[in-house]
Amino acid sequence: MNPISMLLVIVVAFFAGMEGILDEFQFHQPLIACTLIGIVTGHPTEGIILGGTLQMMALGWANIGAAVAPDAALASVASAIIMVKGLGGADMQTAINTAIALAVPLSVAGLFLTMLCRTIAIPMVHFMDAEAEKANFRGVEMWQLLAIGLQGIRIAIPAAMLCMIPAEAVTAMLQAMPDWLAGGMAVGGGMVAAVGYAMVINMMATPEVWPFFALGFVVACIPSITLIGLGVIGVALALIYLGLKDLAKQGGGAGGGSGDPLGDILNDY
Amino acid sequence: MAENEIKLSVADRRSVWWRHQFLQGSWNYERMQNGGWCYAMIPAIKALYKTKEEQSAALKRHLEFYNTQPFVSAPIIGVTLALEEERANGVEVEDQAIQGVKVGMMGPLAGVGDPVFWFTIRPILGALGASMAMGGSIVGPLLFFIAWNIIRMAFLWYTQEFGYSVGTTIAKDLSGGLLGKITEGASILGMFIIGALVQRWVSISFTPVVSRITQQEGAYIDWSSLPGGAEGIKSALEQYSALGPTGLNVEKVTTLQGNLDQLIPGLAAVCLTLLCCKLLKKNVSPITIILALFAVGIIGRLLGFM
Repeated sequence: MNPISMLLVIVVAFFAGMEGILDEFQFHQPLIACTLIGIVTGHPTEGIILGGTLQMMALGWANIGAAVAPDAALASVASAIIMVKGLGGADMQTAINTAIALAVPLSVAGLFLTMLCRTIAIPMVHFMDAEAEKANFRGVEMWQLLAIGLQGIRIAIPAAMLCMIPAEAVTAMLQAMPDWLAGGMAVGGGMVAAVGYAMVINMMATPEVWPFFALGFVVACIPSITLIGLGVIGVALALIYLGLKDLAKQGGGAGGGSGDPLGDILNDY
Repeated sequence: MAENEIKLSVADRRSVWWRHQFLQGSWNYERMQNGGWCYAMIPAIKALYKTKEEQSAALKRHLEFYNTQPFVSAPIIGVTLALEEERANGVEVEDQAIQGVKVGMMGPLAGVGDPVFWFTIRPILGALGASMAMGGSIVGPLLFFIAWNIIRMAFLWYTQEFGYSVGTTIAKDLSGGLLGKITEGASILGMFIIGALVQRWVSISFTPVVSRITQQEGAYIDWSSLPGGAEGIKSALEQYSALGPTGLNVEKVTTLQGNLDQLIPGLAAVCLTLLCCKLLKKNVSPITIILALFAVGIIGRLLGFM
């Protein structure tokens, strides 16, 4: 890797790290980060394919409340660098596959790094408190930007270190990885998404909406319905349900409290 | 009085909107998004308050605990801007009222924002882009990036403006009416989509072979007696479409996964998801669960059942 692309890789890594916490522009999503690293290292196609594959795994990863999702930033940046290094000694498919197998343990490592940063940010907001006391706008702004920078460095440093390691070492390490470890990680990676879904379910679930979960699960068994199709069904169900609920409420109101036509007739009789 | 009234200009509001994107930058375990919130409010505080005491009080007021989904935070900051503006113009707005509006809105709105953005729009755009990217097309990442950011930035600006214009009334509307309906609708959509995602994307596959049966003649394709050339391919394909995948080999292999799939595909995935729900409710940390799942994966591979 020449110095210019190495520098650009570190810049991409810095952006991915910042976005890993900000979650706005999505530079940390594999689809974007791997593509960018592929472009700056001269392997755009491989980067895009790796990004697409990792994105499929990472679709269910999201920061919910105070919980932290597996870290897409480190996973995509580091596995893209490893793939680029591996491309020297292996064919494209092998390089991509090994990079994917490494992505999951990397995402857990990134998780610990981001938790570390979120802890270091505690004294930083205390410094903000002190600046606020003095009504010093610049001071508050500076600490906010420093905190964001810290999150960027969180990914930029591991990326720089990976760039320094000679390609042969990476290839040798990849080949030394036993099949049960890589395979087992892949199996575990397939199951990890369940944790993310479980978090959201716990947040939204009421006895009222559980049947919709069951419906979604069963309808998804029909492979010809695409995600967009599923989205349309979901929106339609929500609208129908809310409409019917409104109707039921109005019906109850119009019935003047009785809501029982047969009873009304009997009373009038 | 009227000509002295301080108003936030469009430029001030745009500045708040731009800075609001960095809301989560100093996310910390003590007061979560407080630093980013204060950072976003600075242009408004500068415009509204002129004395050092007022500015300092305003900065401290906005360094209180705050945490929500970063996009639905936009209407909250809009409402807060309206409240701060009233306060700067001499209307009695207590500190507690401002903090109350923030805290009161952040919970229910996060309940809308998380499923809508993280579990509906992003996965759908992501899956769309990823499926194109897996074929090596640059259109995939571009589509994801551009579509996502247009939706996000427009949402941030328009809901912030909405919050600003309805000001205090939105806070009253929280208890009933529209917001309740949106939350409920989003939960229904969210639960439906998550049900679907669990089926599609949580992959568990059990490899043990349950049975091996040697099939009767005619139940499989007799490869050795096929005619040669294109005629043979045609004949094989005809037989295959009649016999199905089990016709490819003499032996019919049934795996545990095959049997489970006959009940309903993804049964193990949904069981695992429900187990995770239970564990999370018992305050088991998600990281512990993730690490445990990897351990299970490795053990499963070592013992050869996954």
